[in-house]
Amino acid sequence: MSAIAIPAGMPQYDDVPRYDVAAVRADFPILDREVNGHRLVYLDSANTSHKPRQVLDVLAEHYAMHNANVSRSVHTLGTEATEAYEGARAKVAAFVNAPSVDEVVFTKNSTEAINIVAYAFSNASLRPDGDPRFRLGPGDEIVISEMEHHSNIVPWQLLAERTGATLRWFSVTDAGRLDESGLDELVTERTKIVSLVHMSNILGTVNATSRITARVRAVGALLLLDCSQSVPHMPMDVVDLDADFIVFTGHKMCAPTGIGVLWGRAELLAAMPPVFGGGSMIETVSMAGSTFAAPPARFEAGTPPIAEAVALGAAVDYLTGIGMPAIQWHEKQLTAYALDALASVPDLRIFGPTVPVGRGGTISFALGDVHPHDVGQVLDSLGVQVRVGHHCARPVCTRFGVPATTRASFYLYTTTEEIDALVAGLEKVRKVFG
Amino acid sequence: MQLESLYQEIILDHYKRPHGRGLRDAGDPASRVAEAHHVNPTCGDEVTVRVATDGAVLHDVSYDGMGCSISQASASVLHELLTGRAAGEAFEVHEAFVELMSGRGQVTPDEDVLGDGVAFAGVARYPARVKCALLPWMAFKDAAARAGVGASPTEVKA
Repeated sequence: MSAIAIPAGMPQYDDVPRYDVAAVRADFPILDREVNGHRLVYLDSANTSHKPRQVLDVLAEHYAMHNANVSRSVHTLGTEATEAYEGARAKVAAFVNAPSVDEVVFTKNSTEAINIVAYAFSNASLRPDGDPRFRLGPGDEIVISEMEHHSNIVPWQLLAERTGATLRWFSVTDAGRLDESGLDELVTERTKIVSLVHMSNILGTVNATSRITARVRAVGALLLLDCSQSVPHMPMDVVDLDADFIVFTGHKMCAPTGIGVLWGRAELLAAMPPVFGGGSMIETVSMAGSTFAAPPARFEAGTPPIAEAVALGAAVDYLTGIGMPAIQWHEKQLTAYALDALASVPDLRIFGPTVPVGRGGTISFALGDVHPHDVGQVLDSLGVQVRVGHHCARPVCTRFGVPATTRASFYLYTTTEEIDALVAGLEKVRKVFG
Repeated sequence: MQLESLYQEIILDHYKRPHGRGLRDAGDPASRVAEAHHVNPTCGDEVTVRVATDGAVLHDVSYDGMGCSISQASASVLHELLTGRAAGEAFEVHEAFVELMSGRGQVTPDEDVLGDGVAFAGVARYPARVKCALLPWMAFKDAAARAGVGASPTEVKA
């Protein structure tokens, strides 16, 4: 290979960020276990990720040493718990380059975060003084895509029903990319919000959003990106991405279940009416009526998942310590390896991009006409854990004419040996059902 | 895990060469015909079961669907076991199959009652797959009730 020499002192061709995968694997206790007499091969991180000891320790330590309710106690434990909880918010804000810590709202998961935005629309639509950007009625339009997880479809269907607005969507190309050909007809002056997946949980596609953002800005709509599958796997910069809201969930990024994030531009969160009423979200309460706290507290009614939030902060520290560019690069290499390896399996059809460009390490496929349940069962007997089914993205399955798919998904601890085990397992599937 | 205990040869045979597949009209125009369509929302498996009966005998139990080997083989066995049976007998078989599948592998099936259905004993040890095996049987129960058999508790042994 001939290459132009890069002057010394400049970044070189093979100067890619790397880390020691074996050392990372040693941080995850579960990776040592066996499944059905075989070494665990976990290829289901798009569903939920495993948790490193560093996160599990923080979770246990919080309950063992700092347990108290937050934002309401003057005592020492309460202060420690509050500092840990708010400290986690600051870590998350830095992780996604949020301009302000107050732009990070803790939620239960991505689903709840999307529902908070959808219900803010509906509540603003009911109030005469509702901010016009959040008021929806007949004639207004909401735009999503065919590529969404159900959590970014159903809340908008319900919102459209409640307000009389119309739901429209981008379609998906045969190659598994977002079809932007009708962008100008789809996103118009009638559009109030565009809510799109950043990385598809079933096709693995990473959507390039800049054209869409430009169009959204031109028509004065808002843009929400579902980053559940992207924030865990690549560097995230909300300023650079130029979205209005992003949502993601802790359990897919080495943190516990029960903690998610809604990030929103400060002035938009400030313009949104509350969704859940209760403790912590108020300014003052009287029997005649109440006024509400500023964001993020306005959207965090009741005792939040404190330990889970603190552990999410620890997960962010862990991922940052390894380096998100290095994790992204590792997964890109795995994806290229897996796409090649899967191409060697007879009768295997990949749904989604077949090149490791504009896609992440989540690969859905069909093996001949063997049902994904049967594929998953045989793989499980060999210790290989994949997800089978419609992956909460049934419209994608319908688009490609299948009831379900088999999906392998990778993370920072995945190895090429595990992809080899998958390919060997698929050979066994072909033997049983051939 | 013994994969063979789940994927018994009998099950794979029924899956690869299903018996009586395809929805059929009643041979006798006087028959009552009804059907039920059931879906497993977690995996998207679907089956439609159609029952043709004069109220006493199930003249035909036909079906169509798409899904995994377990659900489709189960539909084939359902057809084989229940077609031509008296309604009362059919529900005894139905009950024995449901009991087998709910038994977490602790129930010993009676081959005289369940025929090829005994091959599903292994499936009962896989909680994630029990629903697959039961899908056509639950659809059958609804279809039979709609055709006017099996709805009353006296016809279904408690």
